[in-house]
Amino acid sequence: MSSETKQILTTDGIPLEVSLKKAEKKNKIKAFLLVAPLLLFLIITYIFPIGEMLFRSVDDRMVTNMLPKTFKAMEKWDGKELPPEEVFEAFYLDYKFLVEEKTFGKLATQLNYEKNGFKSILKKLQRKMKKFEQGNYKEQIMNVHKRWANVEYWRAIKRRAPDITYSKYLKAMDMYENEDGKISQVSEDRRVHRILWLRTLEIAFFVTILCFLMAYPIAHLLATLPMKYSNLLMICVLLPFWTSLLVRTASWMILLQQQGIVNDFFVWIGLVGEENRPEMMYNKTGTYVAMTQILLPFMVLPLYSVMKTISPSLMRAGKSLGGTPFVAFWKVYFPLTIPGIGAGCLLVFILAIGYYITPALVGGASGTLISNQIAFHMKSTLDWSFASAMGLMLLTGVLVIYWIYNKLVGVDNIKLG
Amino acid sequence: MALPKYTETRYRIWHYFYLFICTCVFFFLIAPLFVIFPLSFNAEEFLVFSDGMKRLDPDAFSLRWYKDMIYGTKNPWGLATKNSFIIATFATIGSVILGTVAALGLSSRHMPYKGIIMATLISPMIVPLIISGVAIFFFMAKAGLAATHTGIILAHIVLGTPFVVITVTATLSGFDHSVTRAASSLGSDPVNTFMKITLPLILPGVISGGLFAFVTSFDEVVVVLFLAGLENTTIPIQMWTGLREQLSPTILAVATCLIVLSTLILVTAELLRRRSERIRGINR
Repeated sequence: MSSETKQILTTDGIPLEVSLKKAEKKNKIKAFLLVAPLLLFLIITYIFPIGEMLFRSVDDRMVTNMLPKTFKAMEKWDGKELPPEEVFEAFYLDYKFLVEEKTFGKLATQLNYEKNGFKSILKKLQRKMKKFEQGNYKEQIMNVHKRWANVEYWRAIKRRAPDITYSKYLKAMDMYENEDGKISQVSEDRRVHRILWLRTLEIAFFVTILCFLMAYPIAHLLATLPMKYSNLLMICVLLPFWTSLLVRTASWMILLQQQGIVNDFFVWIGLVGEENRPEMMYNKTGTYVAMTQILLPFMVLPLYSVMKTISPSLMRAGKSLGGTPFVAFWKVYFPLTIPGIGAGCLLVFILAIGYYITPALVGGASGTLISNQIAFHMKSTLDWSFASAMGLMLLTGVLVIYWIYNKLVGVDNIKLG
Repeated sequence: MALPKYTETRYRIWHYFYLFICTCVFFFLIAPLFVIFPLSFNAEEFLVFSDGMKRLDPDAFSLRWYKDMIYGTKNPWGLATKNSFIIATFATIGSVILGTVAALGLSSRHMPYKGIIMATLISPMIVPLIISGVAIFFFMAKAGLAATHTGIILAHIVLGTPFVVITVTATLSGFDHSVTRAASSLGSDPVNTFMKITLPLILPGVISGGLFAFVTSFDEVVVVLFLAGLENTTIPIQMWTGLREQLSPTILAVATCLIVLSTLILVTAELLRRRSERIRGINR
């Protein structure tokens, strides 16, 4: 009774607390409705397709759907010796259907990923099959090519029976599942992907370091100079930032070519002879130089925005308390710039790890990154599930860094220009 | 940056060394852009400074590559320029509308799950373009929008909105909400309040976000490489093809035009930023 009398009521007679909650809920819904269109748009066109990549990278129903009878017959086969007649018959019927549907080429491509040599024997089978007689398919198929009598090939087919496979992820790490179902490494001369992953990390790491070393002094200069000079110098940072990536890459291609200006300069100062001008493009050097210059503004801007807030009197105080300028810098100024360093380094690293255009143009064979491999499989080999698998592995790495960035800096603190 | 008179010699040396380093870095940043200007006026086909150019011989310079860019036979730049402007314009409009509205919601203190939603909206800027390209390609292929302008425009809206969201939320963070409350209390409906009060005040942020979205779309090549057919070629696609096959001076002529364009955009963005700071300064 007493609590009711104390309750404050609005003019409508509703308790204030309830009314306030209602109003807050209304505001929440209002705010959310404003964000909803963009969120929905991104979910449909962007987040959902990324999820589809995950699905594609493990989905293996293509072969399952192409050879339904074979896999059913194979269920009872233990895989030790050559499969029995029923499997051969089922395979013959499945394949005959695929030939009639004219989709047998796809099967050849898929099985060839599993084991080399399938393409030619499937083609041969397709030619010879027209003359097959009813019954005893095992003998007839085995007569087409001696590989059909090799149990390894039948095991390879059986390995494609499950709907889901993680073989693409193993392949991206230069590993595979061998005949016994054990995960093993591919032979040393074929380990291409691991080199690419390591190179991507290495280049992203060193580009970040280089950017940091170059950006720190100029961000400091920009932050300490009087406005009218710093505005002018800021243009040197912002003009490359706003200029097309391809234009900047093109200018590096001109500068770094063998008869280019950088080489001319080296010859002129006598660093190298006219005859042996070094190759600076189409290798790692090209990638390093071009990427560092292109990503430098992304390091300068966060550093600058942090340094701008540091009062110069702090350094003066440090010096007046007996520190040499170096001590004052190291003990006072540098620790205050750490947030900017973190933001800049993470941003540059995230951008560098997924770089595609510049390495593709100036990187040659030894300067390309994992992104180039993804593009290669999307456009040339058309192995989209493999491209998706590598893309998701890269994405996982980036999202981890993004998460750290979000914790340390906060995405709403990203500043542009 | 004059040093005080009492500075010791070693710090003096260190200071000049520091200025020297800074000069080198600024040179490294800006100099590559200036190589393109003179070479685009080269009278010869090679991408090196000819002896004539080094002597500043007027005959060594010509406008032939600019003529080739505009009148050359079979040249793709006309179509590419048209496409680039159409795509970038529509992508900018889409990004600005979706991004500004979302930023209004995000800046409201009532917004639930602000952190995760913000992170999602910004993600297209962070996720490597190659992955965005693959994902968007899968979507557009399924939706039947591959190799259409619509598909590319939608893809560029995805890539452009984070910039608008960031710049507009930044502008709104200094926004004095009592003016909108004042408008409502004087009887204005929300739409009217937005158009007459909020929008004019946040306009600098909206326009600079729009500039970012425009440049992103205008310069974007990775996603377009996956989506574009022959009819949808854009300037970056043509430059990419040109740079891969053969570096011709015509590309440098185009590049020079792009540098001029980006200078104009930089100046606009800079003026807007200062105006925005001034407006917010008055508000405080």
